[in-house]
Amino acid sequence: MLSELGNLSVLISIILSFFLIFFSLRELKLNLIKPTSKIINLSRLQLSFTIMSFIILLLGYLFSDFSIINVYENSHSTKPLLYKVSGVWGNHEGSLLLWINVLVIFSYLFFKKNIGVNKKFQLLTLIFQNILILGFFIFLVTTSNPFSKIFPVPQEGLGLNPILQDPALAIHPPLLYLGFVGSSIYFSAALASLISKFDGKNFATVSKPWVLISWLFQTLGILVGSIWAYYELGWGGYWFWDPVENSSLIPWFLMTALFHSILVLEKRDGIYLWVIILSILTFTMSVTGTFLVRSGILNSVHTFANDPSRGMFILTFLSIMIFSSVYIFYKFSPTEERSFKFFSKEFFILTNNWFMIFFLITVLIGTIYPIFLEVLTSQKISIGPPYYNTVLAPFLIPLLFIMAYGPKTSWIISKPFKIKKILFTLLISSLITFFIIFLIDQKNYLINILLISSLYLILQSLFDLFKNLDNKKQKKTFVNKSSLVSHLGFGLFIFFISLNSIMSIEYDLNIKVGEKKQLNEFEISLDDLKVYDDKNFKKFVGDVTILDNKNNIIEKLKPEIRIYNSPETITYEASIKSNIFSDTYVTMSNISRSEFYNIKFHKKPFMNLIWLSTILIVFGGFLRAIGRKF
Amino acid sequence: MRKIILSLTIVLISLIILILFLGLKTKKIYDTKDIIGKPISKLELKILNENNNFNTADLRKNNFTLINFWASWCAPCKKEHKHLISLKKKNIKILGINFKDKTSNANEFLKKLGNPYYLIASDQEGKTSVSFGVYGIPETILVNKDLIIVKKYIGPLDKNDVNKILEIVNKK
Repeated sequence: MLSELGNLSVLISIILSFFLIFFSLRELKLNLIKPTSKIINLSRLQLSFTIMSFIILLLGYLFSDFSIINVYENSHSTKPLLYKVSGVWGNHEGSLLLWINVLVIFSYLFFKKNIGVNKKFQLLTLIFQNILILGFFIFLVTTSNPFSKIFPVPQEGLGLNPILQDPALAIHPPLLYLGFVGSSIYFSAALASLISKFDGKNFATVSKPWVLISWLFQTLGILVGSIWAYYELGWGGYWFWDPVENSSLIPWFLMTALFHSILVLEKRDGIYLWVIILSILTFTMSVTGTFLVRSGILNSVHTFANDPSRGMFILTFLSIMIFSSVYIFYKFSPTEERSFKFFSKEFFILTNNWFMIFFLITVLIGTIYPIFLEVLTSQKISIGPPYYNTVLAPFLIPLLFIMAYGPKTSWIISKPFKIKKILFTLLISSLITFFIIFLIDQKNYLINILLISSLYLILQSLFDLFKNLDNKKQKKTFVNKSSLVSHLGFGLFIFFISLNSIMSIEYDLNIKVGEKKQLNEFEISLDDLKVYDDKNFKKFVGDVTILDNKNNIIEKLKPEIRIYNSPETITYEASIKSNIFSDTYVTMSNISRSEFYNIKFHKKPFMNLIWLSTILIVFGGFLRAIGRKF
Repeated sequence: MRKIILSLTIVLISLIILILFLGLKTKKIYDTKDIIGKPISKLELKILNENNNFNTADLRKNNFTLINFWASWCAPCKKEHKHLISLKKKNIKILGINFKDKTSNANEFLKKLGNPYYLIASDQEGKTSVSFGVYGIPETILVNKDLIIVKKYIGPLDKNDVNKILEIVNKK
């Protein structure tokens, strides 16, 4: 029943997309000031039916309707409610439906908000967006239908992957989708803008909120994913440069670059084409990322059950998207002149772009180079953190200094720097860094310079923030508090991850129950091992005591080994004692055919502060989104 | 100028897409779960202490061959070694594949603990072992004379495994 309803609403949505394209094309030729109400109503209908198809699948999960293969394979009647809901997007088919929902929601909202802006631009945006929607609907129906039926109807489902049973992961995919699928709308708008000869400033004003919104969600999505990896995967880290993590980071670089350039474009001509390229590239890279994740061309924790025909479809679709964009760009792009003064605001903002593009290229090469190598030479390699850290970290240093200046320079005219103030801030940052190095006794030159430059950005941003809070007269300058907050967050972020990277301690030991082992200043013992039966899993809980002889602290942790029954999977739950300044992190795993348990013990400083500084970055963006001046 | 940039862009993009298409077609051995019941790859391996090579097709001569992946640096390998010796005494042909090891250390290891292998191949870079679907060592696979994998053990063999192997081999 639900399956038929689901298929029906998908079908209706597809027909509505065709209608929308057809009628929009017709209205393009008519002499109208704005699109007729027919288009608006069609959009509204499309929105309703697409959302309905999602709700139907959700109902399938809530009522455990195992006649739907997707529900049967990914859910279980005993699963907690939250995970029944998150099960909807915890698999390929359901997440694709969510993906389409985001496409449609953004399409509708963009259309609704910009009625009366420019008819041609608006209709063309709608047409391009609906071509995307249609493409993904065809993908859904031909290779990944979430409403396919199974007969005879099974009595019980096969369960959701237990690794995915985590609150952070329940919200991670929707957040990311709002981010990078949301970028589709400025992809469509950019193509429409070229063809309709929309002018740069208007394009900037129209697309700015959408870039900011997608950037906000993308940042949050990456943050939540990273938190999930830290707590759930039990690897003791928060970022692994895993190809799939990279595919969410690549659009983030582009969105960040795009948002900064759009601010310039709003005020100054000359970078319209660059903004268009970035808009096109953001969504193209998002789809490329999706291709890498869904096609099975890469192997990682995120790999969905894969099927080569899916990879084929996305890649074909991606090729069409890219070639049409290239064609439209070369056919319709106007010529433009550029002139920028050094040390003006636009100069600083555009420097950001160079850094972002550099980061992007580095991460992109690291991600796809192994694939290329395997195809061309059948050699298998993997590129790990050393590559990224070595290539990226040195470039953070100039970026941090530039970020300290960008927000307070003024448009067009450049003012000379106040050398004394720069030197003073630099001196304080260096003194603090020396003090820290002295305290923790670490000599890593790159990290030391990173600490100095991030402190410089932190101090400078704080100083500027206070100056602006104090003085109401500052209104006339071009300092924007929201960007100061985000930049402050970024400074803190780099400061804490730098400290975290040099101060983390990690021990790995094999231990029997009842045994005690001494590792430098720590004494670790596995006192007991208890077995519990939970609703859908059995767990072995270890009692681990860690005695820190140096600081005289005793900590008791309870890492778990869980054995889930449907499907049978073993997961290792980290036990984490967390406070503002430091996390103690213990994971336990059994060694097959022996009475030993492998214990991994980490001391990770400033984890919570790393998360908080990322939230501060997002908060800055949020301030701008709700601010009156935007 | 515009035309040159356009053609360069198109060539570059086409090349990337072409490689990705090819990438979709390449097969990957990542999962070893499904390996049972499948034939082993045809491979040439260097024989330890000799300059000759050995081909996996030669294993057709044996009714059953136990292929054991080991190294002198691997502690669990020491633990299972006595079981391999006992299997040798029961006339099981064991092919040892020495994984990412120094020849001198490998010889030392065998001198100390005895040599259960009728033939030892050397895989110093560890690449050949990957083609067998090996994740880490010790791992042991039992193949029949059609070179089909009958059984696979991850981790050191124990007494039960020895009995199971003997049971399979003596059944026929």
